Amino acid sequence: MSVLLEVEKLEINFGPTAAVRGASLTVQRGETHCLVGESGCGKSVTALSVMNLLVKNATRRAAKLAFQGEDLLSLSDAGMARLRGNAMAMIFQEPMTSLNPAYTVGSQMTEVLRRHKKASQRAASDRAADLLARVGITAPGMRLGQFPHQLSGGLRQRVMIAMALMCEPQLLIADEPTTALDVTVQAQILRLLANLQRDLGLGLLLITHDLGIVARVATRVSVMYAGEVVESAPTAELFANPKHPYTQGLLRCVPVPGKIRRDQPLGSIPGTVPRIGPAFEGCAFRERCDFADATCAHAVPRHKAGPVHDFLCRLT
Amino acid sequence: MRRGWRNAGTWFGAAIVGAAAFCAVFAPLLVPHDPFVQDIPHRLSVPFWMAGSDPQHLLGTDQLGRDYLARLIYGCRISMLVGITVSLTSGIIGITLGVLGGFLGGKIDDAVLFAITTRLSIPVVLVALAVAGLLGSSMTLLVLTLGLLQWDRFAVVSRSTTMQVRNLDFVAAAWCAGCSRLRILAREVLPNIASHLVVVATLEIALAILLEAALSFLGLGVPPPLPSWGLMISEAKDYMFFSPWVIMIPGITLFVLVLGINLLGDGLRDLFGARTQP
Amino acid sequence: MLRFLVRRLIVALLVTATVMVLAFILTRLSGDLAISIAGPNATQADIETVRKAYGLDRPLIVQFFDWAGRAATGDLGDSYFFKTSVSSLLAERMPVTLTLGLTGLLIALLVSLPLGILGAVRENTAFDRLVQIVAVLGQAMPSFWLGLILMIVFGLWLGWLPISGTDSWQSYIMPGVVLAFSAIPALTRLTRAGMIQAISSDYIRTARAKGLTRASILLKHALRNAAIPVVAIAAVQLGFMLGGSIVIEQVFALHGVGFLAWESIQKNDFPVVQSVVLVLAVIYVGLTMLADILNAVLDPRLRSS
Repeated sequence: MSVLLEVEKLEINFGPTAAVRGASLTVQRGETHCLVGESGCGKSVTALSVMNLLVKNATRRAAKLAFQGEDLLSLSDAGMARLRGNAMAMIFQEPMTSLNPAYTVGSQMTEVLRRHKKASQRAASDRAADLLARVGITAPGMRLGQFPHQLSGGLRQRVMIAMALMCEPQLLIADEPTTALDVTVQAQILRLLANLQRDLGLGLLLITHDLGIVARVATRVSVMYAGEVVESAPTAELFANPKHPYTQGLLRCVPVPGKIRRDQPLGSIPGTVPRIGPAFEGCAFRERCDFADATCAHAVPRHKAGPVHDFLCRLT
Repeated sequence: MRRGWRNAGTWFGAAIVGAAAFCAVFAPLLVPHDPFVQDIPHRLSVPFWMAGSDPQHLLGTDQLGRDYLARLIYGCRISMLVGITVSLTSGIIGITLGVLGGFLGGKIDDAVLFAITTRLSIPVVLVALAVAGLLGSSMTLLVLTLGLLQWDRFAVVSRSTTMQVRNLDFVAAAWCAGCSRLRILAREVLPNIASHLVVVATLEIALAILLEAALSFLGLGVPPPLPSWGLMISEAKDYMFFSPWVIMIPGITLFVLVLGINLLGDGLRDLFGARTQP
Repeated sequence: MLRFLVRRLIVALLVTATVMVLAFILTRLSGDLAISIAGPNATQADIETVRKAYGLDRPLIVQFFDWAGRAATGDLGDSYFFKTSVSSLLAERMPVTLTLGLTGLLIALLVSLPLGILGAVRENTAFDRLVQIVAVLGQAMPSFWLGLILMIVFGLWLGWLPISGTDSWQSYIMPGVVLAFSAIPALTRLTRAGMIQAISSDYIRTARAKGLTRASILLKHALRNAAIPVVAIAAVQLGFMLGGSIVIEQVFALHGVGFLAWESIQKNDFPVVQSVVLVLAVIYVGLTMLADILNAVLDPRLRSS
């Protein structure tokens, strides 16, 4: 089955606040699907809710949330735990604090394999060393015995990636994996992820706010704004033919060397992200949109601009 | 909801402390009899809820015929007095040390830390007992001894809060404006650490009351015939298997008073956002 | 790491030396010891004899260094009352106090750890509030009174436990429970706070993302970090328990070091009193060093310097 993850009309609420108001996306095997948007748009929350890792007071609803055809919404916590770290894995934004300081790198890596595949300590250690080498860490045997505080941020993130791969997952969710790293390290980690994804045939759901990363690695892009996916398209098509005013605005903000002119101001989108109350209706972008009219305050239609390109706007 | 519980507890604590303060201040007006007058023929009469009680003595009499209720109320006075004076004394010592160490830093701070460490390693009850045993027990000696021993938490908290405040911008601004150290201490540091210290003071009062009770229980605290609750429990120990109410009553009042003070202190801590640990 | 330990050791020695001075001063507070030892009916000649016999005619400084020097080698002098060496008295009584202290600590940990963990896991529920209430009540409880109540209920009415003496291991249960009460509030609060912090940390989110079992996440990952300060404080609490055992030992007639100190105060047995203060202080200092070592052992971040 080539469709790994199906998310349809996902809604997430933290008490009265609606963090996600209807996100839909799919991730196929072998594809890198980037979920892009600014801070607070709900992209991290979406990723966390796929693995059901949200805090207790979050409520989650969706028309469909399935992994390899299996419904995730009705899965018990124990059932979900069997999938996590196993068939689907996740890496996070803060490598400095995401590893347990009290245990060695090796023990944290081997415990995943031993928990899910009942592997022996020896087999698990061997695989851990293999994966550390795979993610570009030298002297992997020594690293297994080290503690997280002895590694740099970039190394820790590589360990996180290797740890996520221990049980050969089909789906890897990466929540802004390079945001907290230096620029040079960022490029290395992205290249690593791209290579691994290609070699292992993973489906990769990559959360980011950086359009540069999207352009570099994404097969497909979903743009999120104020809790909704406003546009979704293959990468090349999104950059060539953005249909949603927000996407257009975003792309205008990216200065392209050679194309920008000195006498023109850098692009920006006026206004700020609105606060979405419980009874919000219509398009969340209308206050900042040049093309908004009265109908934008009511239900917004979803149009298609191509076989796999859709967007949420009244314009076509 | 947690706030709500805290509030109920805080009000309860405030009510207890208020009642105790009232009893302490107005004790002579509240008691039906003189707590020191002995009445041997009427010793060990039972409280009003038991059969055969004497209507003259609501809570009965102790082993020397003294009115129990009167001794209880006077005991409240003693507990409050000891608690407050000890807290005051240890507070002065501890706050001075802590503020000096936290503000001046360097070798002075090392010395203060050393003093705190040394004080913590000294067994307080033992030393207080030894002092009373060697010099004879008296209220003054008790308060002095406990005051000289119980300053550690004051010192620790005032030191850490002073260090925090010292690094804040408005202190640097005052420094730049040419204020003297003393002025900075008085006008910038002390007002900002005051709320934390009030909370520590309430907890220390509770602790001092418990300590005094323990010392009086062992016979080397408040000297008899002064009716300390600890002493009353000790005197009742010999009869406790036959007349359990004799140790229950002062024990319950002691427990309730300390509980009330602690709840009030916790409530104040929540109110001020203060810290009681470094 | 080694440098840190060496520095702590130096501080520990200095503290011990200071306590020695203080303990010495403590017993000399009442003025002329010879008069106290000789008794109320002594004549002037008797007092002089006593003074010479006990070396109390020497200058105070000399007396101090004599005692301090010998104490450093383990010779704490002789008891005025028991007519044996203080060291042998302490050696004889120490096991009782240690057993009592360790029992108290064990009970305290057995109660505090589960309560703290459960309170954190069920944060802000009715159970959590119950845990906090227990902590508040425990803090207000007068230990000697609790001991007496337990005696009445479990010793007299139910007859389950012995009310005095150290004949069997059951003798340590009630006094152990009373001692534990003094430590339970602090340990419970610390465990709960540490667990709440650990549970909301990023590495626990990672552990959940790895699909580990709930037990593994709580006990292997969260507790391991939350327990670091608890273990250190527990060692210090043991120090407080040992130092404060005098009240409990008196209530339950346990012949430990605290009881010995109590008897010695009554009898003006100064060498014992000053030695007990010193020994208890040394034990406390040792336990705080143990706490530092435990911290370093449990927290890998403290090990490499």
